[in-house]
Amino acid sequence: MCVKRVPDMEMRFAIAADRRSLDPAGLKYEMGDFDGYAVEIALQLVEKAGSGEVVVLSLGPDGVQEILRKALAMGASRAVQLKADEVPFDGLIIARALAAELKDGGYDLILFGRMATDTASGTVGPMVAELLDLPCVSSISRLQLDGGRGTAGRDLEGASETVTFPLPAVLTIDEGIARPRLASLKGIMAAKKKPLEVKPAALGTPALVVESMALPPERTGGRIVGEGADAVAELVRLLRTEAKVL
Amino acid sequence: MANTFAYAEARGGQLRKVALEAVTAARQAADASGGGEVHALLTGAPGIAARAAELGRYGADLVTVIEHAGLERYNAEAAAATAAERIRSGGYRAAFFSASAEGRDLAPRVAARLGVSLASDVTGFELHGDTLTATHPAYTGKVVVTLRLTGSPALVSLRPGAVSPVEQPRTARVESAPPAVDPGSAKVVVTELAQRAAARMDLGEAPVIVSGGRGLRGAENFRLVEDLADAFGNAAVGATRAVTDDGWRPATDQIGQTGRVVSPDLYVAVGISGAIQHLAGMRTARTIVAINKDKDAPIFKIADYGIVGDLFEIVPRLTDEVRKARSAH
Repeated sequence: MCVKRVPDMEMRFAIAADRRSLDPAGLKYEMGDFDGYAVEIALQLVEKAGSGEVVVLSLGPDGVQEILRKALAMGASRAVQLKADEVPFDGLIIARALAAELKDGGYDLILFGRMATDTASGTVGPMVAELLDLPCVSSISRLQLDGGRGTAGRDLEGASETVTFPLPAVLTIDEGIARPRLASLKGIMAAKKKPLEVKPAALGTPALVVESMALPPERTGGRIVGEGADAVAELVRLLRTEAKVL
Repeated sequence: MANTFAYAEARGGQLRKVALEAVTAARQAADASGGGEVHALLTGAPGIAARAAELGRYGADLVTVIEHAGLERYNAEAAAATAAERIRSGGYRAAFFSASAEGRDLAPRVAARLGVSLASDVTGFELHGDTLTATHPAYTGKVVVTLRLTGSPALVSLRPGAVSPVEQPRTARVESAPPAVDPGSAKVVVTELAQRAAARMDLGEAPVIVSGGRGLRGAENFRLVEDLADAFGNAAVGATRAVTDDGWRPATDQIGQTGRVVSPDLYVAVGISGAIQHLAGMRTARTIVAINKDKDAPIFKIADYGIVGDLFEIVPRLTDEVRKARSAH
């Protein structure tokens, strides 16, 4: 089960002086949304099976220990931090480091959120599957396991697929599959004593890097056409003559 | 001069619009690097070859068609192996996929097989020598990242709708080839593909989206949103997370940070307050209209045009007026 620490998306972001990163001042971090669903699914599967354990893995600086502890508090058994000063943008470099750690783990399922909400690339899960030569179903919103096989559902544009696959496998989790549980006080206390192993991340040289970051142009919105149904005529006129969308 | 590659996505025996977008992007990249050829890969059940000529209309010089009964539905393993093999043997400068549901699965697999990096979900790109720069909206659309990708081939997946298909007709050479691996031996199998009611356009392809929020007060009132979408004629219907969580609409209709990210020409927000989670999915729409009873709702800060008031009076009137305006020309 792989998770990523991402900034709280409710915040207002500022670009740092290097123009290539976010201004760290005031950034708060949390576990990525989709990663939270994936942790929940992993816990439910182990609970249902009545055996097994959930191992949670994250790559990044020591700050990621906070979200690893959160997953432990939710019920994961142990955690591994692949330590790196920063998380590269290049998914292949991350995938190789994760695959090296996961290779001999003997896991039945390797779960990811369908993408990290910060870099929003969604590449690492399928890449890890290919590097480990494991079957992979990405962006699933339904899942059933039966013995050594699984059935998953994924939503496409205007359609949905039902997919079967053998275990072991890599799955990436979309929204709608499960609500992450809140950690209980007991869970939070227990998490402090659960093992959290720190190892260096084996990071290669990225070919994909951030050249610059910018805030999108502010929308110059805020124009109230009017109040009530009487404003509709003016709105339609503006849509036709000014916005030219009618 | 360098050749480029495009993966042409098809479903149900038809090309998808994103296939034309990928070919258009590959044409642009080939022209930018001195006018090389565009080679497209089209896979599907027997009969898909009939669609190859259309790729020529959008600038493909060569279309390699892989026809196999096992490719009727998306076959990730066969598609990834075949695309990786074509790209490896073709010596391309750049290879384009869509960041569609299928492409988001396929492109990273191909990248890992080739051992090259992937610029994912890209809204624009430029080629300079051995470098490709690409723009990618990240942090729920609140930050635009410019990425630099060095080396060949540069793998890119394009955000659906970001590149408009441009006709650049030529008569494409069409060749057929076998899949790189037997599709029948795939471990992951799509056993069912269920089209949802096709009465309306998909959120990713519709020029107009009409979206509803909690302000509608109940699932039954989405009729108002549907009617307005029908009046536009080219509209899809979306919803906020609150609405899909409550089961008023299917989860697939959700627009926002954890749902679909859309950039239509026109986005009409009906009874939507404008939570950050929702804005993340629609803030790049070209024109935004908001209808909400609360004049202080955050949606009005980003809307180009707002009407404050009772949506139950405003929306039916708007539906009538849109219908009239559209029938007038």
